[in-house]
Amino acid sequence: MTDMPGPAAPARRPRARLSGTVLGQLLRRPRAAFGLAVIAIMVGAAIFAPLIMPHDPFEQSFDGLTLEGAPLPPGGAFPLGTDLLGRDLASRLILGTRTSLIIGVLANGIAVILGAGVGITAGYFGGWVAGVLMRFTDLMMAFPALLLAIVLAAIFQPSLLIVALVIAMVNWVQMARVIYTETRSLTERDFVQVQRSIGSGHLRILGAHLLPHLLSSIVVFGTLGISTTVLLEATLSYLGVGVQPPIPSWGNIIFENQTYFSTAPWLVFFPGLAIILLALSFNLVGDALRDILDPTLKGRH
Amino acid sequence: MKKLLLAGAAGLALMAQGALAQVDENAPQGGTMVVTYKDDVATLDPAIGYDWQNWSMIKSLFDGLLGYEPGTTTLRNELAESHEISEDGLTHTFVLKDGIKFHNGREITAEDVKYSLERVTNPETQSPGAGFFGMIDGFDQWNAGEGDGLSGIEVVDDKTVKITLSRPDATFGHVMALNFASIVPKEAVEEKGQDFGRDPVGSGAYRLAEWTPGQRVVFERFEEYHRDGVPKLDQVVFELGLDPTVALLRVQQGQADIPGDQIPPAQFLQVMNDPNQAKNVVEGGQLHTGYVTLNTQMEPFDKVEVRQAMNMAINKDRIVRIINNRAVPANQPLPPTMPGYDTEYEGYAYDPEKAKQMLADAGYPDGFSTELYVYNTDPNPRIAQAIQQDLAAIGVTAEIRSLAQANVIAAGGEKDQAPMIWSGGMAWIADFPDPSNFYGPILGCAGAVQGGWNWAWYCNEEMDKRAAEADAMVGPDKQQAREDAWRQIYVDIMEDAPWIPIFNEQRFTMRSERIKGDDSLFVDPVHIPVNYDYMYSSEAK
Amino acid sequence: MGGYILRRLLESALILLGITLVTFVLLYLVPADPARQIAGRSATAETVANIRDQLGLNDPFFVQYFRYLGNLLQGDLGRSYLQRAEVSELVASRLPASLLLMVSAIATELVFGLTIGVIAALRRNRMADHSLMIFSFVSISAPQFVIGILLLYVFAVKLGWFPIGGYGTFAHLVLPSVTLGFLGAGWYSRMMRSSMIDVLGQDFVRTARAKGLARGRIIARHVVPNAILPIIAMIGIDIGLFMSGIVVVESVFGWPGIGQLAWQAIQRVDIPVIMGVTIVSATAIVIGNLLADLMAPLIDPRIKLK
Repeated sequence: MTDMPGPAAPARRPRARLSGTVLGQLLRRPRAAFGLAVIAIMVGAAIFAPLIMPHDPFEQSFDGLTLEGAPLPPGGAFPLGTDLLGRDLASRLILGTRTSLIIGVLANGIAVILGAGVGITAGYFGGWVAGVLMRFTDLMMAFPALLLAIVLAAIFQPSLLIVALVIAMVNWVQMARVIYTETRSLTERDFVQVQRSIGSGHLRILGAHLLPHLLSSIVVFGTLGISTTVLLEATLSYLGVGVQPPIPSWGNIIFENQTYFSTAPWLVFFPGLAIILLALSFNLVGDALRDILDPTLKGRH
Repeated sequence: MKKLLLAGAAGLALMAQGALAQVDENAPQGGTMVVTYKDDVATLDPAIGYDWQNWSMIKSLFDGLLGYEPGTTTLRNELAESHEISEDGLTHTFVLKDGIKFHNGREITAEDVKYSLERVTNPETQSPGAGFFGMIDGFDQWNAGEGDGLSGIEVVDDKTVKITLSRPDATFGHVMALNFASIVPKEAVEEKGQDFGRDPVGSGAYRLAEWTPGQRVVFERFEEYHRDGVPKLDQVVFELGLDPTVALLRVQQGQADIPGDQIPPAQFLQVMNDPNQAKNVVEGGQLHTGYVTLNTQMEPFDKVEVRQAMNMAINKDRIVRIINNRAVPANQPLPPTMPGYDTEYEGYAYDPEKAKQMLADAGYPDGFSTELYVYNTDPNPRIAQAIQQDLAAIGVTAEIRSLAQANVIAAGGEKDQAPMIWSGGMAWIADFPDPSNFYGPILGCAGAVQGGWNWAWYCNEEMDKRAAEADAMVGPDKQQAREDAWRQIYVDIMEDAPWIPIFNEQRFTMRSERIKGDDSLFVDPVHIPVNYDYMYSSEAK
Repeated sequence: MGGYILRRLLESALILLGITLVTFVLLYLVPADPARQIAGRSATAETVANIRDQLGLNDPFFVQYFRYLGNLLQGDLGRSYLQRAEVSELVASRLPASLLLMVSAIATELVFGLTIGVIAALRRNRMADHSLMIFSFVSISAPQFVIGILLLYVFAVKLGWFPIGGYGTFAHLVLPSVTLGFLGAGWYSRMMRSSMIDVLGQDFVRTARAKGLARGRIIARHVVPNAILPIIAMIGIDIGLFMSGIVVVESVFGWPGIGQLAWQAIQRVDIPVIMGVTIVSATAIVIGNLLADLMAPLIDPRIKLK
């Protein structure tokens, strides 16, 4: 009789080693490495903004505009040109990194907590709880997201936190659905029934047994979700209902300066490029994470 | 009054201050004109239409008893043949012209006048202009929904109507010339009900020939108009849904005649610096003032010294430069083209040092924090940020609240919500060219109520009394005295500084080569943006 | 199947009802007073109060809601506060433009997405695959207003190939459709690629090759049609993304559709119009989702209807 390996140890993974290799695996994929690099640069720019900005991003300088009030093109004292108030675009873009990152991560964080919470609760308890929660999720899905966000923004006095909350409100739905499906299929599996029959408390089952399995989905969709929230924040700012001036956000830079896009296109291109880069990076990293952590999650839900 | 001349531009400026413009009444008839707009037309119902896009369109479709000489602010008879005022100024008798018809062919009678005025003041119509007719006897009851008409309007016979006022009011003539006082045919209104605004029937120089929502509106000459030779053009076509940049291109290529939304800011400098194009641009004043309101009911703006200091802190030249010199800095509530404007008044000079000193004297040596509300469409957030920077220089930290229009209006209408509001986007453009129009709702006590538009919550009973007295000066012999009285009122209001007047917008109307007419028609102070009735085409025979 | 459809229809109706309630509540909470907007700035306090009365804005919340619902069920969406025109007319006059835009966007995303997906799958792991996939990543990372303004600037203002916004001819339709469909093209290209790879790896393909059939024929006649199926099932979901997208795209291009209508209405708190557009949009989304769910099992028998 050959030595056979014993029955698989229940739910105890060498998690510390796993996360170590996840990063390694990410870095080995060129696209993900690129994404990580961009994110690192952006985070660095956000943290060290006061040190690297060439000018004061709020200073409306007299020399920042021509005599007739037109903005300056890139070059000279203002590396990326000036905006319509004579402020240095490069400095505003750098400071805008903070807005995008803070709101993107904060809004997504709230969305993840909310979505995962709803999904897990519905998937675990099933029955009428699931019915109510999932119907409510369907309801929120049927709302045109942007319209909902704009109306919500109109109700409250705008601030960074409110914008983040509004974005979270329209974004939690996808996470909820995915987590719900997974939780449900997990809950129906034998080992959970076993745990229940031996009398383990709900929280213990959730925390010790279900959550580890769900973690990869949460991480993947959480990362991908940041891309969505960054885009949504930019869109809301573009429509004038996002972050309050004079705080720069890449979206509100475009909003303020779009009437000049035919004569001063740099005012749209540079912030636009920044938005695309950040969203792209999170998409690349999230996609790679999906491949690494759970290759069975294909396509889009 | 300072006016900045644009470098290289030869913009013709005609300040029509009651002087007769050189409008050619004998210009030939014929031709078509194309006007472009971005937004769809909201409504063409004269009792309801109240935005700058449909204001002059309605003036071309409808007529009232009185009107204005084209290109000027001088009143003249329109549908009325004669207008007599009694000694005490309380009774106005109008006799209608002969042979005046509606677009549907029916002749206009005095009954129509009574019907139209009762319609606009009827609470069920929900007209935004009802309040203008407050001086007519019986208004209070009728507007509250009681009775079955305006008791102050009496139909004497088919052609004569007598209107009795509850108080003498010098603005009554202007009110009768407002769109809201247009005469409408009862049968058409009753037939179409609420859709009258989509399918209007009036008695104006043009009739509505076509309206494809979101795409185009076509006006056709009304052949039986009571003025010979008017309108000049056969047709005016309004092309809707066109971005202003596109519109400008079309005008430059000769496919459109007038960009209704004016020259877009990005192209403005280009156009004005090109002599070939600049010669087709007419510059004119507007009865407009952009201002910041300081809420006198909220600290620290309850102190007049603080308000005065705020007035000295703003660099208005810089702000005007930010909007490409499309305005002139303002130092008082009235715009330069309004009778009653004080050309000698200097106002508060830009002096940040003095402002800081005044704040310190008033008890704020370290400045203070406050909020600046602004409408969230371009260029208003920009202007607000420029103001914010100027205030920061004297130690005032103003946080910006950039909100949708309705939300700003709501905040302004509450006593304790909005310390400062930049009026841009809702800035006051006069309804009619009379100084009293700038007082009532925005500076008078009547407007300093919940839901009112006196966002400075400025209520000076003394001023209210003087305003009422000025408006009671009826009669041509008292006009100069009245103007002087109003001039003094506004100068005295500036002592109290409930506002910071920032600038008066100039209007720049571009036209194609083939549309002719006196310049004043393109910057007509009353027909905003342009006077469609008197322009003529070079293609007419 | 019939029972399933019935149940879904019932659920959809309930969802729409829920949406009317939630929207109504939200609009009720907006701190602006429509009566003041309508009354205008020269109105007296009495006029404003009277207009509030006329519009029934002083009634308790549920009275207002049930009144609205009652009218809605009779097909009356009310009248715009600002334009006084019937909301149903306003929406009906603008809906065709939005529908045209959405249909064109679907065509764009299918054409671009599928083509790119096929090419990338066939040239798997080569240069073409990598660059095309980068492109698809970028397309799902770009905000639609940036793409729109960019396209407008390059192709309309600078090159003059297309009109600068507006409506009317096919030329007007191109840029807005591409903008709206750009995002979906990115998703579809990736889905198509992985779907193609799946199908290419299946037995019947290997069998066909072994039998000597030309590669091109196999791909065109057997692989692509099979690979497309899951994507077709997804088109219904696009409606949801489009309903958000048109608000921005119609604004950038001046396209006279319901997105523009909604945006203007929100600025002015024109509640009946906002309600009307939301209901119409939500209905479209619900129908789209329903279609997608119904088509999925037809296309892939392994998916069971639950």
